[in-house]
Amino acid sequence: MSPARARALDAAVCLLLLFMPFWMGAIGGYTELATRIVVMGLAAMSLNFLLGFTGVLSFGHAAYFGLGAYGAGMAIKYLGAGSIPAIGFGVVVATIAAMIIGALIIKLRGVYFAMVTIAFGQVFYFIAFRWNAVTGGDDGLSGWHRLPIDFGFARLDIFQNDKAFYYFALAIFAVCVGAMAVLLNSPFGRSLIAIRENERRARFLGLPIEFHVWLSFVISCLFVSVAGALYALLNNFTDPRALRFDLSGNLVIMAVLGGMRSFWGPLIGAAIFVALQDYVSSHTENWMSVIGLVFVLVVRFFPRGVLGMLRTGAKA
Amino acid sequence: MSLLQVEGASKRFGSLVAIDDVSLTIEPGELRAIIGPNGAGKTTFFNLVSGLFAPTAGSIRFEGRDIAPLGPDERVRRGMSRTFQITEVFPELSVADNIRVAVEVASGYRLRPWLGAQARASVAARVAELLSLGGLADKSEMRAGALSHGDQRAAEIMMSLALRPRLLMLDEPTAGMGDQETYDIARLIRRLHRREGLTIMLIEHDMRVVFNLADRIMVLAEGRVLAEGAPQEIADSEKVQAAYLGKAAA
Repeated sequence: MSPARARALDAAVCLLLLFMPFWMGAIGGYTELATRIVVMGLAAMSLNFLLGFTGVLSFGHAAYFGLGAYGAGMAIKYLGAGSIPAIGFGVVVATIAAMIIGALIIKLRGVYFAMVTIAFGQVFYFIAFRWNAVTGGDDGLSGWHRLPIDFGFARLDIFQNDKAFYYFALAIFAVCVGAMAVLLNSPFGRSLIAIRENERRARFLGLPIEFHVWLSFVISCLFVSVAGALYALLNNFTDPRALRFDLSGNLVIMAVLGGMRSFWGPLIGAAIFVALQDYVSSHTENWMSVIGLVFVLVVRFFPRGVLGMLRTGAKA
Repeated sequence: MSLLQVEGASKRFGSLVAIDDVSLTIEPGELRAIIGPNGAGKTTFFNLVSGLFAPTAGSIRFEGRDIAPLGPDERVRRGMSRTFQITEVFPELSVADNIRVAVEVASGYRLRPWLGAQARASVAARVAELLSLGGLADKSEMRAGALSHGDQRAAEIMMSLALRPRLLMLDEPTAGMGDQETYDIARLIRRLHRREGLTIMLIEHDMRVVFNLADRIMVLAEGRVLAEGAPQEIADSEKVQAAYLGKAAA
């Protein structure tokens, strides 16, 4: 994509996101759906930091999404934390888990890495599922809700006002996505793309591959846990499905659907996925089969994803 | 002190002895060619020295230090860099970005999440310098994967040079090239050696290139050192002629 077209795409995405709660109603949506798109978009873009820009497939990102969600929910329920400290708590817990698990599995590559990420992910699922007293077990963690944010000089009621919560989520999305964009354009980001492109060449340029992949994994998990924490706050609830491997799979589908080589691709993929899920599931229980069909068609006709169609030239 | 000192290196893959008791010493500023029939173990020897795998026996010292326990990336950081027989670049990145990655690693910036204006300018200047040295200045924005074979090779050599190596290892730099491309690469190697004083170890099949460039030649056959010496000694050696003629007759 030429730089001019890339800038135009950036601007279009920013404008659409900035006014989403207003145009969403006109096309039959609602504010909470817009928020869900932003949150799942952040999750898919975070996964894609590892998948699309480091070339490493994880099928276990739901674990860190879920840890962020449970961390935030429990911080509110048991510690009475405010919304922002609750998100911070969830992110710290998930990131520490990612640092430890990442260190254990980073020597593995390709499908072995993907398999082990599933296995570790399921460990957290079963803990949440079984540990009724603390996590609420299969019924989920309920009996709490997000709290309005008090800035001292002003109060933002993200609990009662769903548009306020949308913009709260969008602000956090912007910080995370901005940080990822800066990283990808830095020497560190280029080293990750180099590893994706040719691991052997990268190693023989003197890059310690394992350390760079580990760092990319941790960064990716950190941002996905932010999305998880926001998701719990959005629903005022979380349950073990936020940790289960089918969510990991859905995140991969979103990234591939939108285009994992393009920066915004996973956001587009998430928007299509979430909107389809919302619309189709009101008509039939088998909404996944419609998503599956769309996925097959996109992969067949646009192997680089919906946004990949636009992509030409050397820009990675 | 010798730059590279290999003593009694052997490498076995199961029952196959790929490298058998090979010793070699390279002095700073030398251009050493390694030749030999196909399957002689030349690339395996490169892989031992560059750390792709460990020797079964023997020792490898670089600037006097034992480098056996070091991984390939650590050896690169100590001053060895290499290219591959089958060209290895970052195909989806632009030619300039291929070299930029190498320059940033060499400048110690590999973990930096951002660069200041001064650092960015010094990286850009070095990238431009290497692009022009490799004759790639007008192709800098092309995808590396779309370059001709010869240009990919030049880009790969420039990436290795970006690391400011004290030993540059080139595995068949002219493999699969036409006459003009071969000539261009040979001229580039000569320039790096003569003008920049770089120590180079290269594997090569094209005898014109070898006898034009090398200070000393090591001949490998079936994993062993068959002969070693100045180009004229090697050209006159009956053992070497027999190995090559025997190969041709077979």
